[in-house]
Amino acid sequence: MLALDTVSKSFGALTVADGVTFAVPRGQALGIIGPNGAGKSTLFNLITGNLAPDAGRIELMGRDVTRMPAMRRCLAGIGRSFQIPQPFSRLTVFENLMVAASFGRDMSEAAVVDSCAGILERTGLIAKANTVSGSLSLLDRKRLELARALATDPQLLLLDEIAGGLTEGECRSLVETISAIHAGGVTIIWIEHVLHALNSVVERLLVLNFGRVIAIGAPGEIMASREVQEIYLGIDI
Amino acid sequence: MAHSSPYASLTRTRASRVAGLVALGLAVLLLVLPAFASRGLIQDLFFILTMLTLAQFWNLLAGYGGLVSIGQQAFVGIGAYALFGTVILAGIDPVPALLLSGLAALLLAIPTAYFAFRLQGAYFAISTWVIAEVVRLSVAQWKSVGGGTGTSLPRSATGSMWFTQAIETLFDVRSAAARDILAYWLAVLLAVATIGGLYWLLRTRRGLALAAVRDTMDAARSVGVDAGRMKWLVFLVSAFGTGLTGGLIYLQKARISPDAAFSVTDWTAYVIFIVVIGGIGTIEGPIIGIIVFYALQTLLADYGSWYLMVLGLIGIAVMLFAPRGLWGLFSDRTGIELFPVRRRLTGGLLSHPHHPESKDHG
Repeated sequence: MLALDTVSKSFGALTVADGVTFAVPRGQALGIIGPNGAGKSTLFNLITGNLAPDAGRIELMGRDVTRMPAMRRCLAGIGRSFQIPQPFSRLTVFENLMVAASFGRDMSEAAVVDSCAGILERTGLIAKANTVSGSLSLLDRKRLELARALATDPQLLLLDEIAGGLTEGECRSLVETISAIHAGGVTIIWIEHVLHALNSVVERLLVLNFGRVIAIGAPGEIMASREVQEIYLGIDI
Repeated sequence: MAHSSPYASLTRTRASRVAGLVALGLAVLLLVLPAFASRGLIQDLFFILTMLTLAQFWNLLAGYGGLVSIGQQAFVGIGAYALFGTVILAGIDPVPALLLSGLAALLLAIPTAYFAFRLQGAYFAISTWVIAEVVRLSVAQWKSVGGGTGTSLPRSATGSMWFTQAIETLFDVRSAAARDILAYWLAVLLAVATIGGLYWLLRTRRGLALAAVRDTMDAARSVGVDAGRMKWLVFLVSAFGTGLTGGLIYLQKARISPDAAFSVTDWTAYVIFIVVIGGIGTIEGPIIGIIVFYALQTLLADYGSWYLMVLGLIGIAVMLFAPRGLWGLFSDRTGIELFPVRRRLTGGLLSHPHHPESKDHG
């Protein structure tokens, strides 16, 4: 589905991605963990095309997308949520999804009404469909991030700390939704600090530190590794 | 649960249907008005309609495209000078030459956007102003249209302008009054076409994309919206319309100078005032704004610079206490929208009466 080959990016002297190489097979859910500032969100921006890499190659379904702009990558099948929710704040929840569905799938508005309504039902936002998104609570903003990404009908879904800041109950309902999406065959890459939420969905974990891939493997092995524990020492697990 | 109706996306409201009929009636009334109105009223309405058109184009730029330009006078000026240049130098009739006003502004907009789009926010705004000043200074060097002091449309061109003979016989007026009526009719057509075109644009899916780009560009790109193309689209459309309006304004004035045609106060500051006090990002806003602006101008005409200070104070007060303008204030209280663009999801689970469907307007 997705393959990164020695992808690097620096901001001046600060290296935020250092020869990152990994691949995600179709249908897999991969979790990405690492301390704050490890370059996790930057990695997402490189995959989605919001940032251009200095070196390396990114392939999506066998196609080289390294130089492809973000809007084209969305059409090619990448959907994402933002760590800090970025709703189209003066549009309603429903209109947010209509933009994503209509442009992300390049279809007319009339053709995507039903699928938008269906996603709103699945993500628990249907009662708020006609609410202006700028006035939503944090949980609903996170749900909207997920719903809007789904509206583009992605084959690869990137979730950036979508469970952060939620209560236990809210987190559980979000995990259920994500599990259902994954069960539907969508490939997922999920950055998350809430490890129990992450580990209940993903099949593999990748650990990032200082822009480098430290380890990648089954969640059980990764969590048991000494190096990972050292990196996470003192960090809220 | 009982069988529910299918989902649908609706934009029309009862108020908008009434508004559509009223607007149609108003447009017809404006077109037949020269049959009984005085020349003074026609001139005032010409001013109102052309300022309204400029305001709608600035509103498209800033309110829908998020592009706060303070250099729209570049397009008014270049449009007006394109008209004078082609009439004086090439001897073209002023009415068809208006089209060249729009095209000249469009051509100027391409390099302007190329440079200004590299900058964001306040830097973008300043850069548009700087470019407008550069154009003003360059045009002031153009000796064959009067250089820095300006020039007038030759009597030979204005006297035999298209349609004026017919208007003279139709209303039994002199040629100067006939020119005013012609300019007024063109202003009515331009204003109606602008508002109609803008409303059409906002109801297509491009309207949604525009709002998305304005609210957050990164997220817009991530859902497949070509943000760069949307910005170019609104900038070029606004420039074309602003240039056309500029040409029309100076066709009616028949006299031009670089300082007047490229005036930041007349063609940008007043226009921003109209949009901001009326309500930015709505079609209704500039309509309310121009009425307030015209009323203030008439009331305060004798007070010189006090007039500008009062305008400034009112502008500041509205921005502080009603950031969505007078129309926003009214619309928030009543829920009335004359040109609704909101897509409302209805039917399905929402057709249940306990769902708060009628809450939350813009």
